[in-house]
Amino acid sequence: MTAMLNIKDLRAYYGQVQALHGLEFGLNEGSLTTLLGANGAGKTTTLRAICNMVRSTGSIEFDGASLNGRSTENIVRLGIAHVPQGRGTFTTMTVEENLQLGAITRKDKAGVVSDIERMYDHFPVLKERHTQQAGTLSGGEQQMLAVARALMLRPRLMLLDEPSFGLAPLIVRDLFKILGKINREDKVTILVVEQNAQLALELADKAYVIETGRIVMSGSAAEIANNEDVRKSYLGY
Amino acid sequence: MELFINQVLAGVATGAIYACMALAVVMIYQAIDHLNFAQGEMAMFSTFIAWQLMQWGVPYWWAFLLTLVFSFAGGIAIERALFKPLAKAPVLTNVAGFIALFAIVNSVAGLTWDFTIKQFPTPFGSSPFLGSQLISTHQAGMIGVTVGLLILLYLFFQFTRIGLAMRAAASLPESARLVGINTSWMIALGWGMASAIGAIAGILIAPVVFLEPNMMGGVLIYGFAAAVLGGLTSPLGAVVGGFLVGVFENLAGTYIPGVGNELKLPIALALIITVLVLKPAGLFGRPIVKRV
Amino acid sequence: MSAVDEVASDAPAVEAVPKKAMTLGLGASLVMLALLIIGPMFVKNFIVFQLTMLLIYALAVLALNILTGGSGQFSLGQSAFYAVGAYTSAILMEHFGVNYALTLPVAGIICFGFGFLFGQPALRLSGIYLALATFALAVAMPQLLKLGVFEHWTGGVQGLVVTKPDAPFGLPISQDRWLYYFTLTVAIGIYIASVNLLKSRSGRAFMAIRDNEIAASAMGVDVALYKTLAFGVSAGITGVAGGLGAIAVQFVAPDGYTITLAISLFLGMVVGGVGWLPGSIVGSAFIIFVPNIAEGISKGLSGAVFGVLLFLVIFLVPHGARQVAMVAQHMLGKLRKG
Repeated sequence: MTAMLNIKDLRAYYGQVQALHGLEFGLNEGSLTTLLGANGAGKTTTLRAICNMVRSTGSIEFDGASLNGRSTENIVRLGIAHVPQGRGTFTTMTVEENLQLGAITRKDKAGVVSDIERMYDHFPVLKERHTQQAGTLSGGEQQMLAVARALMLRPRLMLLDEPSFGLAPLIVRDLFKILGKINREDKVTILVVEQNAQLALELADKAYVIETGRIVMSGSAAEIANNEDVRKSYLGY
Repeated sequence: MELFINQVLAGVATGAIYACMALAVVMIYQAIDHLNFAQGEMAMFSTFIAWQLMQWGVPYWWAFLLTLVFSFAGGIAIERALFKPLAKAPVLTNVAGFIALFAIVNSVAGLTWDFTIKQFPTPFGSSPFLGSQLISTHQAGMIGVTVGLLILLYLFFQFTRIGLAMRAAASLPESARLVGINTSWMIALGWGMASAIGAIAGILIAPVVFLEPNMMGGVLIYGFAAAVLGGLTSPLGAVVGGFLVGVFENLAGTYIPGVGNELKLPIALALIITVLVLKPAGLFGRPIVKRV
Repeated sequence: MSAVDEVASDAPAVEAVPKKAMTLGLGASLVMLALLIIGPMFVKNFIVFQLTMLLIYALAVLALNILTGGSGQFSLGQSAFYAVGAYTSAILMEHFGVNYALTLPVAGIICFGFGFLFGQPALRLSGIYLALATFALAVAMPQLLKLGVFEHWTGGVQGLVVTKPDAPFGLPISQDRWLYYFTLTVAIGIYIASVNLLKSRSGRAFMAIRDNEIAASAMGVDVALYKTLAFGVSAGITGVAGGLGAIAVQFVAPDGYTITLAISLFLGMVVGGVGWLPGSIVGSAFIIFVPNIAEGISKGLSGAVFGVLLFLVIFLVPHGARQVAMVAQHMLGKLRKG
């Protein structure tokens, strides 16, 4: 099986500073993969490089087509949804407008309407607050809104940047349960970057470990979870 | 009392023009965080286009419509050619760019149509409105067109996809790109719309101030005052600010002894500085938090 | 979360210029000085007058450069300070019979105070807002000068005629030439003082504020004081330039100090290179000669020429004359080695 997303020799730069040093990995269609690593290892940069939000070199292929030189919005239009760190909520707009924005590139009006209802099924709290300004939502609710907004694109690949950040443990569990469901039922391929390694490894079927801009380990989530180095460095036991 | 009502109504009428200019200023400010010092000159140029079309025999409303189309396209062209490349340049460079644009447009208009003042027609006539002595039909027309424009803009931003996308691009460009919005074109669109709105202001005020290359100088400053008063981040605020400034200007000119015509402008400026110092976000704007 | 989302991450107001890059080397300075001293001996009086204006505007551009290039604050309102300086000199000379040379320090001090006071509200504004507030000041100034209350002193719309001073000690040179050398002396004095100011503790404080205001205050720089001080110094120098201008033109009137002047000075700074003090004279030459030449070709053309040239500067040499000078220096260096 060829990979849906294939990354080769990816190098990324912030000004003069190089953040990624020849990253290589791939994602299979339908997989749920997690990218683990410490602060500053290059996890966020990797996601940003996929969406061309940081200067990078190397090759990134999605469904066999190169993403190089495409603008962020064009990459998104291919069906790659990116839930950024900090969620990127349009705080001055209503919850419903945020969901509509997620589907702004879609032409099928009826489908959008029914998808909004589907999101309200996934996240009932969003339905309760659909006319409220998104900025008034709690952190957990905003994270759900961000995931729902990304799903409104009907993406084939979803990139999540630290979805658990700043959320209470119970809410994180809920959120991850929903991510698993989306992966299984809607066949959305998911790449999730996490500091909460334990939860991420429970959820994922495949994992990569990234250190100072390089992939240092890869395998099934179970293998990685049992690796002694990983346990010491990221799981804390 | 009659003088008072008269002055308020006249203020509302000129306020309508300030509201349009303020709206144009806010549209561009929302899109790129800069004040377009050339907004007035662009409006003046559009007004000349309308005048020229009418000279060639085009009926008023056709000329009006064609001018809007021309202004819209012109606004986009200016953004693409001159200001898109400056997107990441320091504020100072952008200010210099706007001033350069100001000088070029003013000068080209003067060279093309010379600096003598010209009459500009009004489709509303200038008889008393509904038999009342208080405002003329042209003033009523100014208010009517502005209010109509506002309603259209409101509907556009609230209920159309492009309107939603433009709002998203203005509030959080990065997130907007992540939902697939081409933010760069949204900025160009903002310029086009601002330019067209400015054209409306110019065409409406021209019968009052007469058509000449420097006609918009004072109007733009009132537009700035209105935008600042209402809050540079709020289109609604800009409009309310426009009407308030118009009324304030007329009342001050009438009732404060020694103000008269020559001090009207400094009063608008004092207003700008006062608002900026006391409440920089304006009446309706969102406060801006700065990060190191 | 919402508070963080609304954080504005602005582009910098002004690009940082390293302190060393703000001045000229000793050799280049001496060559320039020699040119300025010898040049006017061989030209007609009218050209001498134009050179005097060149120096005066260069001073005004230099003043703006200290404010913007030094402390990172904007001003589109320098014409207001220039006007106050000009009127101070004119009124002192014509109403009180004060010697022209003595009016200049008074003009400088009054404008310093005026600028310092204006700097107080300006403290709370930055970038584009400050540009707008100062713009407002510049537009208001001619109207204020026309006010009936001050008419006895200012001459209202008519303005005041100023007597041109003769060369002292019976020196056998024309009034124009004398005024040129007088202006040159003042200009050199102010230039040297400005260079030293920027090298001093205060200058470092200015630049710290320009580069990062919050960090500067964290380092213990009294931001409020230095920002208003920069305004004061800038206004003071502009006032002296205004006073010299009144003496050279022999006339002051409200319409001589419109927003156009403020904008010209701003453009002069951009063309000369923001933060590069020697560029002030290049900028000054730009704003004096370009309109003259353009108007000579066709009336009303100067705006277009001005604007187009300015866009060329912005796109091709965004650092103005400083960039040209640096490239030239680099090439010279290569030639010497090669």
